[in-house]
Amino acid sequence: MPGATDTTRVEREAGQAPVPTPPPPSEIAEAAPAAEGRRAKTIEVRKLNLFYGGFHAVENVTMTIAPNKVTALIGSSGCGKTTFLRSLNRMHELNVGASVEGEVTLDGQDIYARGVDPVQVRRLVGMVFQSPNPFPTMSIYDNVAAGLNLNATRIKKSAKDEVVERSLRGAHLWGEVKDRLDKPGSSLSGGQQQRLCIARAIAVEPEVLLMDEPCSALDPVATLAIEDLIGELKSEYTIAIVTHNMQQAARASDVTAFFNLEETGKPGRLIEVGETETIFTSPKEQATEDYVSGRFG
Amino acid sequence: MAAPQETPALFAAPTGGPVWRRRTVNRAMTVVIAGAFALAMLPLLSLLFEVAKRGIPGLSVEFFTESARGAIGGGGAAHAIVGTLVITGVAAAISVPIGIMAAIYLTEYGGKSRLRRALTFFVDVMTGIPSIVAGLFAFALFSLIFGPGIRLGVMGSVALSVLMIPIVIRSSEEVLKIVPNQLREASAALGTPKWRTITKVVLPTAFAGLITGVMIALARIIGETAPLLVTTGVVDSINSNPFDGRMQNLAVYAYSEYRTPGVMKEASYDRAWAAALTLIAIVMILNVVARLIYRRFKTEIR
Repeated sequence: MPGATDTTRVEREAGQAPVPTPPPPSEIAEAAPAAEGRRAKTIEVRKLNLFYGGFHAVENVTMTIAPNKVTALIGSSGCGKTTFLRSLNRMHELNVGASVEGEVTLDGQDIYARGVDPVQVRRLVGMVFQSPNPFPTMSIYDNVAAGLNLNATRIKKSAKDEVVERSLRGAHLWGEVKDRLDKPGSSLSGGQQQRLCIARAIAVEPEVLLMDEPCSALDPVATLAIEDLIGELKSEYTIAIVTHNMQQAARASDVTAFFNLEETGKPGRLIEVGETETIFTSPKEQATEDYVSGRFG
Repeated sequence: MAAPQETPALFAAPTGGPVWRRRTVNRAMTVVIAGAFALAMLPLLSLLFEVAKRGIPGLSVEFFTESARGAIGGGGAAHAIVGTLVITGVAAAISVPIGIMAAIYLTEYGGKSRLRRALTFFVDVMTGIPSIVAGLFAFALFSLIFGPGIRLGVMGSVALSVLMIPIVIRSSEEVLKIVPNQLREASAALGTPKWRTITKVVLPTAFAGLITGVMIALARIIGETAPLLVTTGVVDSINSNPFDGRMQNLAVYAYSEYRTPGVMKEASYDRAWAAALTLIAIVMILNVVARLIYRRFKTEIR
């Protein structure tokens, strides 16, 4: 299995073509139980540099986020993991003054190429945030269907019902909420809200799922439920998850990338990336070993 | 064991001791603050009482149903009531879309741009415009287009809009800022274009606050007299078409009944007070409606 530190890379053209559009609504409507055999996409990052105005936040990252695997991004606070994650679905540029240099390709196509619509990118690369953020004005049903509603996708009510049920089942929330789909999204507990957000993210059938510390606001029981969920989701999606919790990275991921800062004010860098097992037992870099063994951070 | 009525020794407050001093100061300050509140309320209550006392005799079925047309010493204020509602309604129809869209620009699209800073500055200036100036502006504008001597209901609405728009912008801006950024991010992450995020997520979440802001702005302008004096004129009959000549309204009516009373002076004065009372009642109703709407539509942000 190719490790992420594999240096050979297939030559490909930085795509000038826009990112392919998501499958038309008719296909979503007819999609049988969770699209089997659907190819999750690979994200290749090359020499990525991220800035907040003049401040250099993340320096020269080159790595691969492999399909059907969970890639964990670990590192101490402020080292740029979340900034890096947000650049993968073009959310970083939503910050005022933020800028990006370098290349991020989704299945070979550069998402930062000229002419690429960030909105399209975000339909293919979904995100779940640190604290659950269901839309307060919408019911549970509407929250899950938000991806469809907000884009005015025309789909029959029965098809929408199917999508909602499939997503809620996929997020392991269906049993708990099937009788109260019209209740407001905020009436759920924290763990349930986070699963609702995951259901919302997968309802639009993205290719990649990015998760920014999805369990940090949850209790251990809910955390375990989400981790199990992530383990199941990876069979259909490419997953990247930022986590502060090293045990979680060790439990739940296949590939781990360790970011670090030399000192505050300096940009964060990718120190080492590789199979989780290797990173945690016999890492190549001293800094990695120091971090995973708890000597700092 | 201490008997139920006795204070246990631990919590005793002997006179002169620190606990006693603190309690006494606490009580004294409570009295002072309550007193200050009562003092502040006094003029308001006195005003309400006075208006009610003098206005109620002027109220009658005739007051609400008849205009002053053809009436000698009698008549009612129906034309003024209709006028106020029409003029304010049209002013709201102009100000609300402009105000809310401007607020959306300032919060969602403005960022740190120069246009935003300039707009914020001008909105601040506009909040301080004296109402007569707004009236003269509307008067001058329409005189330029239609020639001098023009008097229209809609001129009054334009004047009131000039006063209303900055209030709507200010309050809407505040309300939109309160909508948590996480919701915008969640919507963006689903691949939603920005304008749809605004119309389908931000505005519904802020809806209750926006309505309240509009109601407050309405209450502020409904009693404006000066701009309406120079724009809508004084007329005796009911006119509900803002584009068709003079229109009476409650504020100007109160003024004119007082200034130029008819044959029966007392009756005119009574009607003036009654008009003032009606205005206050309308403002009160607006406030109550605003609260009800707020309670009905507010979204708990978790």
